[in-house]
Formats: sequence, structure tokens, C-alpha cells
Amino acid sequence: MTVAQGIFYLIAALAVAGGLGVVLARNTVYAALFLILALLAVAGIYILLASEFLALVQVLIYAGAITVLLLFALMLTRVGDLEETMVGAQWPLAVVASILLVGLLITTIATSDWPGDADGMITRIPFETLGEALFRQWAVPFEIASLVLLIALVGAIVLARDEEGDVEEAE
Amino acid sequence: MQVLLDNYVAVLLAGVIGFILVGSALIGSRLLAPYSSSRQKETSYECGMVPAAAPIRSQIHIRYYLFAILFLIFDVEAVFLFPWAVTFLSVGKAAFYEMVLFIAVLGGGLAYAWKKGVLQWK
Repeated sequence: MTVAQGIFYLIAALAVAGGLGVVLARNTVYAALFLILALLAVAGIYILLASEFLALVQVLIYAGAITVLLLFALMLTRVGDLEETMVGAQWPLAVVASILLVGLLITTIATSDWPGDADGMITRIPFETLGEALFRQWAVPFEIASLVLLIALVGAIVLARDEEGDVEEAE
Repeated sequence: MQVLLDNYVAVLLAGVIGFILVGSALIGSRLLAPYSSSRQKETSYECGMVPAAAPIRSQIHIRYYLFAILFLIFDVEAVFLFPWAVTFLSVGKAAFYEMVLFIAVLGGGLAYAWKKGVLQWK
């Protein structure tokens, strides 16, 4: 076993531990914190695969922003008070469904004939290539992305202001 | 490939040492500090009275959610700045104006939020 493999197993174990923590933690806030661990470990796997940009996105957006959103969503709603939403009567069915899904995914990944160099050596795509593609070839989609973000921002403000108005009227 | 991974050995070391530092501090305080737990100690403090409702939950104001959304939007913007920063010299003027337009559109969003009073705490 090489050093890289050792590091991979360490990171993979952390990711699995984080995932188990998300599912098993009684407190939903702890579950969200475990999610950060799992997402950071996945970022480590991206680094091992020489995908630095993906790792950056994973850390900044998923482990940072998405988890913050999730935490706020948990704190704003009453999900923590409702025990049955966490552990329902259907959990054995959920376990069976998850195991089937995992088995299906693993067999699909293992038996698929991947195109290109997906099962060979890792090729590193440097930031420069990515930037060239993003700012030369995909300039219009890049600008459209800013519009999508703008719409999300305005939509969130409109919805939240309405909500707030309702609360104030109710009071 | 090998060079890339060598660069991240420091990150890995920092991560492992950070875990050990925090973990040893938590375990050390657990071992050394006097620790006792009782029902009264676990309840929320409510001015000498027994709390009214059993599960105590502090309500978070919805305005925090807007700050989280704003943070998310500008986080996404920041991610695009990284590949831009390393390539805008080679791509030239076009890349500069593309990013100016990108930031201007999101700046418009920020201006809208400002005008709507999202940034103010009333």
C-alpha cells in the first residue's frame, strides 16, 4: 500500500464517519456539523484526484455556504422538536432501500466501461485550462450564471420580506 | 501529480495536528475538570422559576436567513474569481470585462438588498 492509498483510506474513513454521524446524530444541529466533516473529506478525495478547483468549490460552497443555509433552515423550523421526523416507523424500509441503492451504484460503477481515462491515470487539469475554457469558450453561460444568482438573491429577499411582514402583522 | 500532492502534505498535516489539538483539549478538560450532571443543571435558566414548556427552543429571526443567502451568493462569486485570477492576463481584456459584468450584475443584487433594507437591523 502506497502513502497515497493510506491517505485515501484515512480520508474515506473520515467521510464515512461523517456520513454515519449525519444519519445517527439525535440532534439535527450535530448532524449538520457531521455533514461538514463528510463534505471536507470528499474535498480531500478531490485533491487526491488532482481536481483542485472541485476541492475548492467543495470547501467554499458545500462545506461553507450550503451547511450554513442548512443550519439556518434547521434553526428557523421546528424540525428539532419533532422526534418522529427524525426516526419514523419506516426506518427499516429506508435501510433496505439505501442498501439496495448503494449496491446498485457500486455494481454500475464497477461494471461500466468508462470512456477516456476515467479508469487509468489521473490527469490534472490546471486552473489555467479551466479559466481559459470558462472565459473564452463559455463566457455567455458564465454571465448567465450571474443572472441565475441574481434571481435567487432577489427571490429570497422577496419571499423572506413577505414572511416577515406576515409575522409583524400577526404580532 | 506527485508535485501537486506534495503541496498538500502541509494541508494534511495541519488538518491532523488541528484534530489532535482540539481533541486533546476536549479530552483533557473532560478528564481534569470536575464534572457533575443533574436534571436541574440541564434545564434552561429562567429567573429562578421552572421553565414553562419542556423542549426549550430559541427562535432564530428569519433575517439571519437572508444574510446566509447573501453569503452563499457572494461565496459562489468568489469561487469564480479563483480561475479568473490565474488566467485573466493570458485571456486579455475580454476576461476583465466579463468579470466586471459578472460582479456588476451581482452588485446590482446587493444594491437591491440594500434598498430593500435587508442589510439594516430594525
